[in-house]
Amino acid sequence: MEIRKNAAAGTLESSDIFICVEPYDQLSVQIQSVVQEQYMEAIHHTVFQVLEEFGVKSGKIRVNDRGALDCVIRARMETAIRRGGSR
Amino acid sequence: MMRRTMLFLPGNAPNMLINGDVLGADSIIFDLEDAVAPDEKDAARILVRNTLKYQKPTACETIIRINPLDTQEWRADLEEVIPCRPDLIMPAKAGCGQDIKVVADYMAQIEEQAGIQVGSTGILPLVETVLGVEKAFEIASAHRRVAGLFLGGEDLTADLHCKRTKEGQEIFYARSRIVCAARACGLDAYDTPFTDVEDMQGLVKDSQLARSLGFSGKAVISPRHVETVNAVFSPAPEEIQYARDVVEAIEEGKRQGKGAVSLRGKMIDAPIVKRAMQILDMERQMMGGDFQ
Repeated sequence: MEIRKNAAAGTLESSDIFICVEPYDQLSVQIQSVVQEQYMEAIHHTVFQVLEEFGVKSGKIRVNDRGALDCVIRARMETAIRRGGSR
Repeated sequence: MMRRTMLFLPGNAPNMLINGDVLGADSIIFDLEDAVAPDEKDAARILVRNTLKYQKPTACETIIRINPLDTQEWRADLEEVIPCRPDLIMPAKAGCGQDIKVVADYMAQIEEQAGIQVGSTGILPLVETVLGVEKAFEIASAHRRVAGLFLGGEDLTADLHCKRTKEGQEIFYARSRIVCAARACGLDAYDTPFTDVEDMQGLVKDSQLARSLGFSGKAVISPRHVETVNAVFSPAPEEIQYARDVVEAIEEGKRQGKGAVSLRGKMIDAPIVKRAMQILDMERQMMGGDFQ
């Protein structure tokens, strides 16, 4: 899937995560999290796993995590990619 | 299946969805309808699907309220959640038996495609229109998946062109009609939520009224209401003791070869025994008996 337009998903509420995607000529991922000291590696892993699952090879991805569980990160990533992408 | 309380949780609120099963309700309802803004429907169904897939509640039953059949959303709702095997689907604004058949047929298609047993997810129709109330029996008997009837008072009063009050006179007929229709099909009926989160006395009164009319449980929109509603719909200790005494008296009568048995000066007939068995069954479930 290719990111064709700007899109966002999620919120900045506790236990949620806010994801922005926009078209870009290469893949750029920025992650910040309120629990980055403890879980940055796991969040990073999940974000890249979802990008791979959807075949996203380029785009600017900005992630602002408010302590979301893995299943929430996956859901918000998928929503943002579907909203901004096309096959 | 004991459903004293059924707690509505907004389908797009992760902090509520992931903690749903620790709030004490017998069932939680992940809401994809009214609690979700129109432009967030896609996000909510993906979030609910993932919650079911990776973080499925284990301490209570899961119900998904899907969007009404006159929208574009209900099919997509089912496509996302059915493969994750929720316990029940709650179609909003069920208006007739055909509505239930349409939902059930589509559920079967998805189940077949997903390779899961057809019929493994039930249906709990949400009756919240005047047409739905008048066709309650048709809805309850429309399909073997139907697990009960659920009354929605807010939309119903709008459809009735009247004001929703705490006393609930305006929905008295609908409540009775829903209970009769469900019971006629051997099913349970569940009452509409009490929407004033702060009025705990009003909640008790409304729950007691619902129980007295024959409802088996009630929806709640706040975790704060769970404990109170659970208490109202649970048998009291004296009811449990009386039920045990009834069963014991019946068994003693059988041992003695008696055709008629009395307890505390009153004859015990079949309905009393049936009610006693229902109360003991509820007690067993409350004590952590089999969940399903």
